[in-house]
Amino acid sequence: MKKLLLGNEALAQGAIDAGISGVYAYPGTPSTEITEYIQKSKIAQESNIHSSWSVNEKTAMEAALGMSYAGKKSMVVMKHVGLNVAADVFMNMSVSGINGGLVVVVADDPSMHSSQNEQDSRYYGKFAMIPILEPSNQQECYEITKYAFELSEELGLPVLIRMVTRLSHSRAGVITGEKVAQNNIHLPKLSTQFQLIPMHARGRYQNLVDLQPDMLKISENSDFNTFHQGTNKTIGIIASGIAYNYLMENFEDGECPYPILKISQYPLPKNPIKQLFDTCEKILVLEDGYPFIEEAISDFLGENRKIIGRLSGDIPRVGELNPDNIANALGFDIVLNGDLPKVVLGRPPQLCVGCGHNDLFDAINVLKKETENQQVFGDIGCSALGVLSPYKSINTLIEMGASITMAKGASDAGIHPAIAVIGDSTFTHSGMTGLLDAIIENTPITVIISDNSAIAMTGAQDSAASGRLISICKGLGLDEDHLKVITPLHKNLQENIDIIREEINHKGVSVIIAQRPCVQLPKEKKDKLKEYKNVSIN
Amino acid sequence: MRTKTNIILAGVGGQGILTIAAILDTAALDNNLNVKQSEVHGMSQRGGAVQSHVRISDKPIYSDLIPQGKADMIISVEPMELLRYLPFLKKDGYLITDSNPFENISNYPELETLYNEIKSHKNHILINAMKIAKDLGNSKATNMVLLGAASSLIPLSDESFQKAIATLFERKGERIVAKNLEAYLKGKEIAAEIVS
Ligand code: SF4
Repeated sequence: MKKLLLGNEALAQGAIDAGISGVYAYPGTPSTEITEYIQKSKIAQESNIHSSWSVNEKTAMEAALGMSYAGKKSMVVMKHVGLNVAADVFMNMSVSGINGGLVVVVADDPSMHSSQNEQDSRYYGKFAMIPILEPSNQQECYEITKYAFELSEELGLPVLIRMVTRLSHSRAGVITGEKVAQNNIHLPKLSTQFQLIPMHARGRYQNLVDLQPDMLKISENSDFNTFHQGTNKTIGIIASGIAYNYLMENFEDGECPYPILKISQYPLPKNPIKQLFDTCEKILVLEDGYPFIEEAISDFLGENRKIIGRLSGDIPRVGELNPDNIANALGFDIVLNGDLPKVVLGRPPQLCVGCGHNDLFDAINVLKKETENQQVFGDIGCSALGVLSPYKSINTLIEMGASITMAKGASDAGIHPAIAVIGDSTFTHSGMTGLLDAIIENTPITVIISDNSAIAMTGAQDSAASGRLISICKGLGLDEDHLKVITPLHKNLQENIDIIREEINHKGVSVIIAQRPCVQLPKEKKDKLKEYKNVSIN
Repeated sequence: MRTKTNIILAGVGGQGILTIAAILDTAALDNNLNVKQSEVHGMSQRGGAVQSHVRISDKPIYSDLIPQGKADMIISVEPMELLRYLPFLKKDGYLITDSNPFENISNYPELETLYNEIKSHKNHILINAMKIAKDLGNSKATNMVLLGAASSLIPLSDESFQKAIATLFERKGERIVAKNLEAYLKGKEIAAEIVS
């Protein structure tokens, strides 16, 4: 029977049916629903599949590797920028290789719907020299994931699946198949495989290099890479992943006169590309994200304009693909019935009514008026909305954890007051180590942990920080006199301003925990939070 | 019967347009049709503009997104959000919207200007769906009033819509199912007067 599934859910079902024993992840749009689907799946629960959230993407990937070391199949899931956090283990586990099948799922966000960049994870896959799979539709999400585990075990390498927002968050009917059994524990045959001291690492790296021709052969014979002959050779089209759908949308009933090479598996299949190149006058490359394929097959000086795409300007260089920008590149007319009326204004996202961040920003904004130099370093999550009006409280927003360490560097440079605002979950994800840096040097910064007891932006998942913030700060060596807890409510505004001002004036590190649960938390979770109330500073 | 239908659902994050999407999906599958339905998760869900593209067809559907100028109708729970997707509407396509604004931006336009823009399109159904739902004793069923108003323009049977509504609200009990069906039927009735 067909089930109506999001691309993310189809992928998750594919992983369950591939016999994974665990999924490891940190929430991040557009990847979150993959792990959530497994968390809610009855079969996954019955078969004891590990699915609780990890503290960050690096810990997640390392745990997945540990499960693979033990011989079982594991999956690790993240958004594109999460792979930056996990890059250390990612690059090295391609050298060690894996034992039980290991699949890395990364969801890219072209057009930056919920992200700070549109980096293309295929470059990471190439960097690590491992196979990349890029499904084009929901059915393929399911099938490619099952296949990814077979491929991983066949090659002894991790395999990367690259998703994009529009596929992650679109539903279609999916037909599912048989469930493969989980692996039993079995340790690696080669005892030195996972011991990457230089003398062993050299051998493992050689092994990775030696596998490259096999990988190419597999991808050239892959069922996921298809060639459509076509009759009109004025143009040949390469379309990867979801770009294939947008392309076909432009032809009534999918009848395309041009030759098409659909790519859903890498390394790039050489033979069909060569065939297209030899028989067609021009090649149009359609890919969501960066011009990864176009760059690989174009000539360096760009004098040979036989290959067109994002680099040539035929497709916009930035932003996601859609049926319309592809129609433009093909020279088709788009008949518009009306333009966007002038009366329509932008409606940017904003904090929920009753959100504690709101009252925290009110306090920070009052203090801003008192000093000329106050700089506020922000962080990822709902609190990032403090950049926008009406708050305009935050000066910087770069990546997970940067608030504390940027405040430290700015303070080292002589900025005062230097305030960091970071959510509770972002703090445990990447803020703790930076706080330790500041504590070691007793840098005069004021760190405000805006504790809403949830990973709020992605849908109020459990935060690793809940009930632990005070003991973490104390454990890192923070002076207890400069660890304060406030409740960001309007009625406490003056009191909160006074407390923050006092800590700004302290010539060392202070941490202020601003505690008020996210209004989106379901009631059961709010009740659970009451257990944590007893954790006091003294 | 023409089965290929492209529908854009519009609203503000938190207004629940995905309930309408879920009913359309279920009803289409029930009719053995293909469906693709894209939705918005993440940052925009926090009070920003959100939309869902629902595509129904008896043929394979390729793109998850509706091309510009190809939407048969836009169903919106908010009048300004309706107009945001106008470039997607095909010639003689239908605009269906609740008349109540969701004013969470400081410079929200004059309502009359919005209504005039909507009324300048021949095919529009501009109704106070929220009031209709409230009068029926369930303000949460605004979405169902709008779905009802659009239903006769969508090539899916009335029976399959009703079945989908019953399935979707089943968990919440018989009373809620009945309330939502009532809202759906009321929307249908009001639209019949406007469209005819
Ligand atoms: S989801 Fe929670 S943290 Fe985010 S804006 Fe809403 S109340 Fe605030």
